[in-house]
Amino acid sequence: MYDAIIVGAGVVGCAIAARLVQYSSNILVLEAADDVSEGASKANSGIVHAGYDAEPDTEKARLNVKGAKMMEDLCLKLGVPFGRPGALVLGFDEEDRKQIEVLYERSIKNGVDGCEIIEREQILKLEPNINPDVLCALNVPKSAIVSPYELTYALADSAKENGAEFLLNTKAETFEHKGDFWQVHTNAGTYEAKAIINCAGCDADRLHNQISTRQVEIIPRRGQYYLLDRMDEPVFSRTVFQVPTVLGKGVLISPTTHGNTLIGPNAEDIECALDTATTREGLDEVLGKSAKSWPKKNLRNVITTFSGVRAHEKDGDFIIGAVEGAPEGAFEAIGIESPGLSASPAIGEEMGDWVAYYLKLKKRGNYRPPTPLPKPFSRMSLKEREEAYRQDPLYGNLVCRCETVTEAEIRFSIRRPVGATSVDGVKRRTRAGMGRCQGGFCCLRVAEILKEELGESDLLHITKQGAGSEMLVGRLGEEDQA
Amino acid sequence: MNTIQKDIIIIGAGPAGLAAAIAAKEQGVQDILVLERDSHLGGILQQCIHNGFGLHRFKEELTGPEYAAKDIEQARRLQIDIRTGVTVLNLSSDKTVTAISEKEGLVTYKAKAVILAMGCRERPRGALAIPGTRPAGVYSAGTAQKFMNMQGYRPGKRIVVLGSGDIGLIMARRMTLQGAKVLACVEIMPYSSGLNRNIVQCLDDYNIPLYLEHTVTDIHGKDRVESVTISKVDKNRRPIPGSEFKIECDTLLLSVGLIPENELSQGAKITMSPLTSGAVVNSHFETDRPGIFACGNVLHVHDLVDNVSEESFIAGKRAAEYVKNGESNKQTIPVLDGIGVRGCVPQKLFADETEPVHIMFRPDNVYKNHFLTIFAGDIPLKSQKKLILAPGEMVNLPITTDMLPKIKEQGSLKIAILPEKAV
Repeated sequence: MYDAIIVGAGVVGCAIAARLVQYSSNILVLEAADDVSEGASKANSGIVHAGYDAEPDTEKARLNVKGAKMMEDLCLKLGVPFGRPGALVLGFDEEDRKQIEVLYERSIKNGVDGCEIIEREQILKLEPNINPDVLCALNVPKSAIVSPYELTYALADSAKENGAEFLLNTKAETFEHKGDFWQVHTNAGTYEAKAIINCAGCDADRLHNQISTRQVEIIPRRGQYYLLDRMDEPVFSRTVFQVPTVLGKGVLISPTTHGNTLIGPNAEDIECALDTATTREGLDEVLGKSAKSWPKKNLRNVITTFSGVRAHEKDGDFIIGAVEGAPEGAFEAIGIESPGLSASPAIGEEMGDWVAYYLKLKKRGNYRPPTPLPKPFSRMSLKEREEAYRQDPLYGNLVCRCETVTEAEIRFSIRRPVGATSVDGVKRRTRAGMGRCQGGFCCLRVAEILKEELGESDLLHITKQGAGSEMLVGRLGEEDQA
Repeated sequence: MNTIQKDIIIIGAGPAGLAAAIAAKEQGVQDILVLERDSHLGGILQQCIHNGFGLHRFKEELTGPEYAAKDIEQARRLQIDIRTGVTVLNLSSDKTVTAISEKEGLVTYKAKAVILAMGCRERPRGALAIPGTRPAGVYSAGTAQKFMNMQGYRPGKRIVVLGSGDIGLIMARRMTLQGAKVLACVEIMPYSSGLNRNIVQCLDDYNIPLYLEHTVTDIHGKDRVESVTISKVDKNRRPIPGSEFKIECDTLLLSVGLIPENELSQGAKITMSPLTSGAVVNSHFETDRPGIFACGNVLHVHDLVDNVSEESFIAGKRAAEYVKNGESNKQTIPVLDGIGVRGCVPQKLFADETEPVHIMFRPDNVYKNHFLTIFAGDIPLKSQKKLILAPGEMVNLPITTDMLPKIKEQGSLKIAILPEKAV
């Protein structure tokens, strides 16, 4: 019997887990995918929104502002890439100006410091590549960026280091209340706990509706992106938004924490939350809309395209807390679309404390605060590189040439508490294969290291992203005659 | 950290680096160091186990490893210091080279001359922004070749090849011979970007259909590729709606272009050509950073390794002369791309060359019965009829020394592909 079972190991589930383990607790995290951070948490804009956008007096506004204020400190503690480039919300006509004024008013109501409305001349001085037809902009100096999956991995590690168990490839099918505890029936057995916390992203409504008197509906909303290679001069040094629409914050162009440029997302409601395909229409829409901010767009440097699916609840706000109308011990954090990443530190803290209070858990005496992740080799100074090599000569073996990732780092990414088990898992933890050749040179070496570290007997078992995605289909000499 | 002095440092021990090292050593420069990041010498040749290499240079058909072995043996005979497992992290314009290896850790070298021979990489799926899912089974052709020929694994059973570059064509045949079913080769252009002999020997001989003016417009399958959608394209290479058809396959191989790997060159602030994606060089294969030379696929993507070796011998020889004689302050004459010509290398010519200079480039389209014409300024010097010129086959055009005075007088050399004879 666990104290709590968290369903869903996205950034929200992992943030709650990382908080709950500060109490004397015994926790299980269930994840349907083959790795943590596999849903919207791995494929979003990576923006820490300052909080000017959400309507005042909503959970979104409150948790966004609170979470955004916690984020920098959290990232520092975890050793996760974070930056504060600031943001501009561009307006191109008087209609837009009215909206920007509304956003400015909201920023004050929501308690976001430092926003101001600026005019064309100043905008172009700050960001010379912006469309000169711009009229005015909301300048948001507090806007920040984070690597969303690296944040999630680090939170998961911290939870596991303090005793939380993670079960991957384990999909929660049903919740069943059993008097004073809960059963979670999964595709791989039944687990029991005094409390359950539903953070199942796009699948959360199905689980919620089994036990609540209030029916919710999550609409999977897909967003597609272009990722550009690092350039000598980034296109924009800030995150550049257009005025928001009913479907979201619109297409942005932003530097990432690794110096790439991200363009996207569009917003399209789709049937199946697992449908993370990109489409010609969707990608064209992103390009078309981004041209308004960046008319001289240059796509020579595209290194990949991708899409993520966010969990939009039809009523629009986050649903946080005890599940309405359910027997006690059922909690949830659902409908966590943007600004969910920004809010995640606050959601983790509040939900963790709430569940701990419900379970009457005491603060743990032997809590191990997170050790910051080691600095990537690519960001080390010459001196730091020498020192790293002295500690571990495998820092001398470069595996990914585009992103300068060493064998030592790849092995570490597999040995971490919630370590990589697939080539993509290594990629997101180390950036090996993330660069301009997209793993063409290094994927084989990464697969070999995975084989060694995981104790697999054969390279044939190594996958790109979990069972079914094996990289290779057989050995030479055992051909099935076509 | 100490700085180690070297006469010549060569980055890369593929065919270009090996040839440059051999030539430099044969010129009498002793203190040469070749740094290779891989664990073996010979570069990509080692995974090219098909034959067809060396027809020009050795007058015989060798496999890639056989071709490489000749240069490796020669380098060994000459006792050239070649180190594997060493990655160069940084090159500065003053020829300081920082490298790291498991064996030696971080080492800084200062060289009198540096020869860039890093080769090239394949364009990945992402660069084409092909829509669809992102499952296992999408590989660049060279990656698949490495899986098969270096590791002994099969990357797929039912294959579609996108792009008709040489590696893609070679892999279509290789996979067929290993029992895989290659269902189609799809090329967006109206012509192949590979050698004609490879179209015949790798596709036609195995009845693999080649779809010209088609491209892959969607990839399906969550975990593993299940099928791809192929569309016909219009004159602007945009997919034509309604022309789509689906092929069920588990693997999509990409052979959609090679890109010289010039991150180090950019770090040294070397001027690059947007046409070749390689450095701008003079007829000594020297970049605009004195004493830094470039040759092979890092300079421009070749079709034949024989040409790589040829140009790398010159680069090695000239680098040796640079070490012995220092900087040459001689004037250069620009080499210009005329009609039909794309990316001439070298881009600058010394007027006092005593041997023919070979200008290499790729035609920008397919031309039949056209005239390859050499101009001094706007004055045609020589016009030579060619039955066929195509982007897949590099043109190697010798400029003989007797042409040089006129070229010098007119101030430029221009190459053009013309429909009529000019002289």
